[in-house]
Amino acid sequence: MTVTRLDQGQRYRPRMAFLKKIEALMMEMQSPDTGIKTQTQTVMVASIPHAVTGNDILQWILQRLQITSEEALHLGDLFVKYGYIYPLQEPKNLTLKADGSLYRFQTPYFWPVQGWAADDTDYAIYLAKKNIKRKGILEEYEKEHYNMLNQKINYKWDFVIMQAKEQYKAGKERKKEDRYALDCQERAYWLVNRTPPGMQDVLEYGVDRVTDPNENKKNTMEAYRREIMYYQQAIGKTRVKSSVSLGGLVKYSEQFLSNDPILSGCLPSNPWITDDPEFWDLNAKLVEVPTRMRVERWAFNFSELIRDPKGRQNFQLFLKKEFSGENLSFWEACEDLKYGDQSKVKEKAEEIYKLFLAPGARRWINIDGTTMGITVKGLKHPHRYVLDAAQTHIYMLMKK
Amino acid sequence: MHSRMATEGLRENETLASLKSEAESLKGKLEEERAKLHDVELHQVAERVEALGQFVMKTRRTLKGHGNKVLCMDWCKDKRRIVSSSQDGKVIVWDSFTTNKEHAVTMPCTWVMACAYAPSGCAIACGGLDNKCSVYPLTFEKNENMAAKKKSVAMHTNYLSACSFTNSDMQILTASGDGTCALWDVESGQLLQSFHGHGADVLCLDLAPSETGNTFVSGGCDKKAMVWDMRSGQCIQSFETHDSDINSVRYYPSGDAFASGSDDATCRLYDLRADREVAIYSKESIIFGASSVDFSLSGRLLFAGYNDYTINVWDVLKGSRVSILFGHENRVSTLRVSPDGTAFCSGSWDHTLRIWA
Repeated sequence: MTVTRLDQGQRYRPRMAFLKKIEALMMEMQSPDTGIKTQTQTVMVASIPHAVTGNDILQWILQRLQITSEEALHLGDLFVKYGYIYPLQEPKNLTLKADGSLYRFQTPYFWPVQGWAADDTDYAIYLAKKNIKRKGILEEYEKEHYNMLNQKINYKWDFVIMQAKEQYKAGKERKKEDRYALDCQERAYWLVNRTPPGMQDVLEYGVDRVTDPNENKKNTMEAYRREIMYYQQAIGKTRVKSSVSLGGLVKYSEQFLSNDPILSGCLPSNPWITDDPEFWDLNAKLVEVPTRMRVERWAFNFSELIRDPKGRQNFQLFLKKEFSGENLSFWEACEDLKYGDQSKVKEKAEEIYKLFLAPGARRWINIDGTTMGITVKGLKHPHRYVLDAAQTHIYMLMKK
Repeated sequence: MHSRMATEGLRENETLASLKSEAESLKGKLEEERAKLHDVELHQVAERVEALGQFVMKTRRTLKGHGNKVLCMDWCKDKRRIVSSSQDGKVIVWDSFTTNKEHAVTMPCTWVMACAYAPSGCAIACGGLDNKCSVYPLTFEKNENMAAKKKSVAMHTNYLSACSFTNSDMQILTASGDGTCALWDVESGQLLQSFHGHGADVLCLDLAPSETGNTFVSGGCDKKAMVWDMRSGQCIQSFETHDSDINSVRYYPSGDAFASGSDDATCRLYDLRADREVAIYSKESIIFGASSVDFSLSGRLLFAGYNDYTINVWDVLKGSRVSILFGHENRVSTLRVSPDGTAFCSGSWDHTLRIWA
């Protein structure tokens, strides 16, 4: 018997569309005309070409995107965290400092790629190379990784060691500056792709998608038929002129502006700001005396009135006076049927019929003949939407 | 026999191709129809609206207690309690006004990406990599064992990305990585309706606020936002203008429009009556995806949490950015305005939740 593991999808990494946008900005930042002016700087004993200061980076972002320095610093800091720019003086501290601290642009070869994660084999070679350079130089977490990889890809280990030796030899033949630069680039790359403990793993993206958005979907005939049906229905749909519907959106927001606590405050005070919950006490669901703001809302439209339990309560009293309280009760019963316990749909529908709809019923509601006919017919096979027609009729009636 | 099969195959290919081209031409026709009634832009209509004044919002509460990334949160109708879920399987109910934790349960799975508070305030629902949505009643017993009373309601064939109770404690709407949404009866666990149409993972959903309406909107990795009729299971409107995954959808308070937040770093507003996209909220400096959006009570403001750890506040009508809020130290993954609009809550991968007002 085989045990099948649920494939959660190991495809295209989601939530990384921003990488391409950062790349575009990086190219601009390094452009000879519009980019940052780089200089050769001395770091320790080596003189490093193409270095820029943190402040240069900040100013460039600020000018280019027309944002505040707080925003520019935050964004620039993310560029460093993602490994597009790396620090020269404090290599393990991937933050952007808005001063004379020195940085360099990471070579595109080492940019994070959305399509795949950094390779285990490459990491093993890097660690082995480091080990060859100076035994005992590996940090604790690197030693752990190294031992773990030794087990995981043990079958490739000869290859790993051979590659490490080759790269080490090739490195020794380079100029000191080039070697230093490559070391910095590699180190920055692995800090981002194999995060040390205590540092944030920025390349974590969450759960994989199930379907690959790049996959050329071979749509079935059934799927196309469904699409065609949808389009035909959608084309014939009644639309409203933009000026009318947008006008409606604007009107709604203007009407409720004074009721919007974040924009207009609230009386006596916003509990979150003053730590005083009085506002909530005054607006309790079924408080004795509703606030003026609350009553105002009921006048906006019928939906506001009926949604507020206090509003409903007042409306019920009003209806009782007009001898039509049963309309609201019927409406409430319909809501219960729709959203309540589904196992009791049949019983509830029968009860509602006996109480509100049957000829001579105790709380008979007045709906037109057609609607009554449809409803009674539907009640023979009751489901939770069977009273929709009747409910809508009564809702419209109450609205008037 | 062989020749017959060959001709049938050929016929099938022809029909497939002709269906495809028919669908494409109809799609073009739909765009034409939509454009016909488009006589004005939102910001033009909004010109006469007064500009917003100085805008200051700060973190008023920080909720610490999760041991890993916060993935989702929801408000209780009492305007102060919230439920939050995290990557390590922990689901916590807080009185966010006092910052006290009132209930906690550990799910048997990690990545609990969805959680919701029941309208009665007496239960919560949650799910994630277990492909299910489970309901936990909340009690106030001294040694409450929440896990014991757990009820499995929804069963999908892949991860649960979003869930929401409908108007009562008895029904739950779910969205899943399996590309479908579904409506379930809580008591029996019965599937009442399923919604097919997304071409990829569905990441979010929101129920329409209206009493007479029975619709909801969903967003997915196929870049589509789809509006559904809950009764028939049919898609009644569909919008495909984003360039990437749609992570969050939320109705405008009047129910006549909805906003979306996407990985393409933009938020967009879709007008349901005009049947089109009517606004794009974006800036060149906003590069990272928007993970969650919600409106202020009047609908004038749109709060959006992003993967660059910030929250941007947009003037919905005028289309401009009003403010940027810093504070979280990792991606903002979830954001909801409180039921009475006095504050909003944001949850982040930095393990905390913040209440802003």
